[in-house]
Amino acid sequence: MSTMTKQETEDLIQEVLEVYPEKAAKDRAKHLTANDQAVDKSSKCITSNRKSLPGVMTIRGCAYAGSRGVVWGPVKDMIHISHGPVGCGQYSRAGRRNYYVGTTGVNTFTTMNFTSDFQEKDIVFGGDKKLAKIIDEIEMLFPLNKGITVQSECPIGLIGDDIEAVSKTKAEEHGKTMVPVRCEGFRGVSQSLGHHIANDSIRDWVFPKSEGKAFEATPYDVTIIGDYNIGGDAWSSRILLEEMGLRVIAQWSGDGTLAEMENTPKAKLNLLHCYRSMNYISRYMEEKHGIPWMEYNFFGPTKIEEALRKIAERFDDKIKEGAERVIEKYRPEWQAIVDKYRPRLEGKRVMLYVGGLRPRHIIGAYEDLGMEVVGTGYEFAHNDDYDRTIKEMGNATLIYDDVTGYEFEEFVKRVKPDLIGSGIKEKYIFQKMGIPFRQMHSWDYSGPYHGYDGFAIFARDMDMTLNNPCWDAITPPWKRGSADVAEAAE
Amino acid sequence: MPNVMLRRSDDGQLLFYVAKKDLEETVVSVETDTDDAWGGTIELSDGSRYFIEPISPRPDFPTTLRFNRA
Ligand code: SF4
Repeated sequence: MSTMTKQETEDLIQEVLEVYPEKAAKDRAKHLTANDQAVDKSSKCITSNRKSLPGVMTIRGCAYAGSRGVVWGPVKDMIHISHGPVGCGQYSRAGRRNYYVGTTGVNTFTTMNFTSDFQEKDIVFGGDKKLAKIIDEIEMLFPLNKGITVQSECPIGLIGDDIEAVSKTKAEEHGKTMVPVRCEGFRGVSQSLGHHIANDSIRDWVFPKSEGKAFEATPYDVTIIGDYNIGGDAWSSRILLEEMGLRVIAQWSGDGTLAEMENTPKAKLNLLHCYRSMNYISRYMEEKHGIPWMEYNFFGPTKIEEALRKIAERFDDKIKEGAERVIEKYRPEWQAIVDKYRPRLEGKRVMLYVGGLRPRHIIGAYEDLGMEVVGTGYEFAHNDDYDRTIKEMGNATLIYDDVTGYEFEEFVKRVKPDLIGSGIKEKYIFQKMGIPFRQMHSWDYSGPYHGYDGFAIFARDMDMTLNNPCWDAITPPWKRGSADVAEAAE
Repeated sequence: MPNVMLRRSDDGQLLFYVAKKDLEETVVSVETDTDDAWGGTIELSDGSRYFIEPISPRPDFPTTLRFNRA
């Protein structure tokens, strides 16, 4: 099927909804829409950030995942205790592939799992004593940690433990930053509230301590906010900013440190990549410390050029020249990538379903390769994310919020995209259906995808997946009509 | 009575942001907007209206204020 008209897309949505009971269909209908660029406010066509329907297969995570996994997890020189039963931390351990430099277990701890491993007796008698003991143990075994965060799992909120009190006492005793985070999994409707809670805990427990600390400022201090260094993303972004003459004083939070977070209120400009997970703290710093923030997009050369110029706008001529220089320098590099891969990928259609920023940010990178995104959606977006998405997507393309497993499969069967980008839970279903798939949360064990260096890898990966000869083997030879077989790139 | 954060957008317009509601709208009109007072009934680009007792002098943006529905 080639492009669909708005009517066809709407019919498709209706058809998919038919199997639901009436009430459920009515509810789900609000989360699905055919894009219309003429709409200026997403709230008119799509509902988001609502509780998932009981009984459907949602792809969302919990608030604990948003705080421990996304925001706090990558802060490498702090130890994050998964406070509660062992599973929440263990099954998500190191899954996000936040790269960092350091010696794990000595001065950095990102891929390790620290947990209070709650047992029945801790639920019955409370876990505060155990928490205190763990903090002491950590101090003894890992003295080079810069601080500790307590990431609450569901039971903590249910039994009413006072993790704030424990953190306060222990912070004084050991003279370190200890952050209690009330990110119990049952709070809110998705991981999104976990981001917010984590942002607030930085505001309340990290910033007050850093006030008055000495810092040597330059007029070119910026920070990278909302880049989790998945497969090295923040690094391939950082070098571009540095090459144009800026000084990156903090990375939030991929490969980030506590000291960097403390320095952030001294920046001249906060650069926000993932709006969803860190807009809260950026807004706070704007109000409290007068630091402006701006969103940028480092996926694909077109968007990178746009972003570099937009960032340079905020500074003097030296930086503006720097931006042009960087753009010139990398042009031959990415042009070669486009020349090589575009002919192999031209016209292919992609469906996405990811998290915070990728469902809209990555569209440009696909378009640079001549591909088209025909459906996109977020697990946990809010209206402001969809406001930002409508303009990026073509008219009449599908937009789905908190899509259910069933809906996603049906959409795919009908839209027949050439490639799907989503998470690990979706991967094998679609691969078994014979559709090329990329895991777009952790870049399918690849990356980085940000910046010019990342684009080269992105293009290669997409080609590798789409034109992989294995897809021809899905249909057995006796059912095959013609015999066009894909070939790998040189 | 939502807590509202007011900030200037890149093109200098005033933005009205309510975190709990994911509401981010441009302010189209402010009843009293002089150097020594700011407030009254405020209208947003989606047509909704909010009220705040005029504050003097005019607050520095960005700032967080409490509004009532008008
Ligand atoms: S919902 Fe609760 S129990 Fe489940 S992973 Fe999240 S914090 Fe753990």
